[in-house]
Amino acid sequence: MNNKKARAFFMVPYLMWIILFVILPILLILWYSLTDANHHFTLSNFALFFKNGTFLKMMLNSFWYAFLITIITLVISYPTAYFLTKIKNQQIWLLLIILPTWINLLLKAYAFIGILGNNGLVNKFLHLFGLGPVNILFTDFAFIFVATYIEIPFMILPIYNAIKEINPAVIQASEDLGASKWQTFRYVLWPLSWPGVESGIQAIFIPSLSLFMLTRLIGGNRVITLGTAIEEYFMTTMNWNMGATIGVVLIFLMIVVMLLTGKKAKRKKVKL
Amino acid sequence: MEEQATGASACSYFCKMDIIQLKHINKRYDDGFIALKDINLKIESGKFYSLLGPSGSGKSTILRIIAGFTQPTEGEVWFDGKNITDLDPAKRQINTVFQNYALFPHLNVFENVAFGLKIKKLPLSQIKPKVKDALHMVRLDGYANREISELSGGQQQRVAIARAIVNEPKVLLLDESLSALDKRLRKEMQFELRAIQKKLGITFIFVTHDQEEALSMSDEIFVLNDGKIQQNGSPVDIYDEPINDFVARFIGESNLLPGRMIQDYEVEFANHHFQCADAGMKANEKVEVVIRPEDLDIVAPEKGKLVATAQTQLFLGDHFEIKAIDTDENEWLIHSTNGCQLNERIGLYFDPEDIHVMRQHESQADFDARLESYEGEESNDE
Repeated sequence: MNNKKARAFFMVPYLMWIILFVILPILLILWYSLTDANHHFTLSNFALFFKNGTFLKMMLNSFWYAFLITIITLVISYPTAYFLTKIKNQQIWLLLIILPTWINLLLKAYAFIGILGNNGLVNKFLHLFGLGPVNILFTDFAFIFVATYIEIPFMILPIYNAIKEINPAVIQASEDLGASKWQTFRYVLWPLSWPGVESGIQAIFIPSLSLFMLTRLIGGNRVITLGTAIEEYFMTTMNWNMGATIGVVLIFLMIVVMLLTGKKAKRKKVKL
Repeated sequence: MEEQATGASACSYFCKMDIIQLKHINKRYDDGFIALKDINLKIESGKFYSLLGPSGSGKSTILRIIAGFTQPTEGEVWFDGKNITDLDPAKRQINTVFQNYALFPHLNVFENVAFGLKIKKLPLSQIKPKVKDALHMVRLDGYANREISELSGGQQQRVAIARAIVNEPKVLLLDESLSALDKRLRKEMQFELRAIQKKLGITFIFVTHDQEEALSMSDEIFVLNDGKIQQNGSPVDIYDEPINDFVARFIGESNLLPGRMIQDYEVEFANHHFQCADAGMKANEKVEVVIRPEDLDIVAPEKGKLVATAQTQLFLGDHFEIKAIDTDENEWLIHSTNGCQLNERIGLYFDPEDIHVMRQHESQADFDARLESYEGEESNDE
């Protein structure tokens, strides 16, 4: 009995946190999305969202950019993580990869403005060859490039950990059974490292859906995503109800993504 | 040594062909550790071989070189008459049963066993019966749809064997494959492995540090220590005629004494001269003498070749284990069906052929060379 009471006691701060900062805000957002400016219940916010082409376009935009950022990050991170498991001094290399995540995002964004701007390092370098200035900042490319740079550590780490956990003998067993390097990757390494890839995707795709600071600073507001829209409605037009509606849609999309990536494939039974 | 290279084709008509040959294999690791020193060995097809030695003796390195996972620093690997030293492991007709099995944890039993066949792009209609046969061979009928995590250690072991033999390799390598099993299961698997090998008729090369395992299963054993083949031969040869003190100590229990060869067929140890069955050494050469504990008989003091005093006695069910000290202060270990009294004076009796005379640190290569030069001088009745 005492033990149970003690456990309940220690749960209090956690429960308070969850209720105050997770459950309550979500309920508030839901409430805002289902009411109008006069606090009357309405579904018109959602109706507007799904009828108005702009919102759907923004949603697709968000998906498309998040998808690009995730794919590019994965393509760069997987080989990097793989080679990291093979080299000496892995801890130092890992530290170098983690280090940039300790720097404030805003600071990094401003640094990139300095690098990519019309008077930035890149254009100065191009000028040496008589080229440019090329407009790099405020383009889709710049936005995806910077977002990828920022997200890469969050992809490398889980994949590195997953590959590290694979018994090296299993890779040898695959070769022993006649598999080529590609087949070993396809049938053994990839499926066994999938949990790492999965958490990498979840850690990047979902937040990328709602990026807004980078879209403004690096994308120059040319890139409009759901994140930008939410900020716009809350901070500029002060239409909290519509902002909350977009938020609810976003939360719903995130849940769908998590369910999709977390799904376990069911195996067919064979009859011998 | 030149005839080895062309030997394969000439041999195939008259004798069983060597399926694997290692020629002058040396292995030096990056950190400078020398794992193998000039290993030469021949593996005939259809036999059960063991590579036996303590950890660090180089036995696993030999296996990895045959499988192709490790490249020798020097030397050549020949397989079925072809030099495969630089061939990819995937392209060798050799399969391995790994230590701790190395099964694919994301695949079930069927998919694990079918892996090699799927890689070869066989249609499912051909894969199924083969997998069924392989699972039957290892007595896992009906386990096809189980997950690996649902299996016991012994069952995982069987899946690993099935996964290898389903590919019909010419040689199956087994790396300490039974060491993770408990004692009873290990005994059972020893019988089964031997039965599977007989049934398939392919070559098994089994790496182990357990001398009992090697003795009970093998047609031929290579005893390894310190990166060298210490001795090779049938289990009986190796047990009865160890050629150096390492083999004598490693295989079974034995009494080892320093001695001196007086002349052919006469050796001195424990301050006495004895008739023996060994010859071919220099007169007065220092040697080591081995007498197995079970070759010693306890007799009356006046009938014994040596006289000793019994110190301790243990009853071990089927025999007594007695420790005794002779008049020259040498300790003797005796396995005998009749016991004796403690502190009783006993006679130790043994036949000349029970005395095994060895040169210290002589390896199989040295021994063969010595035998060859000796046979040149005088014909040997062995």
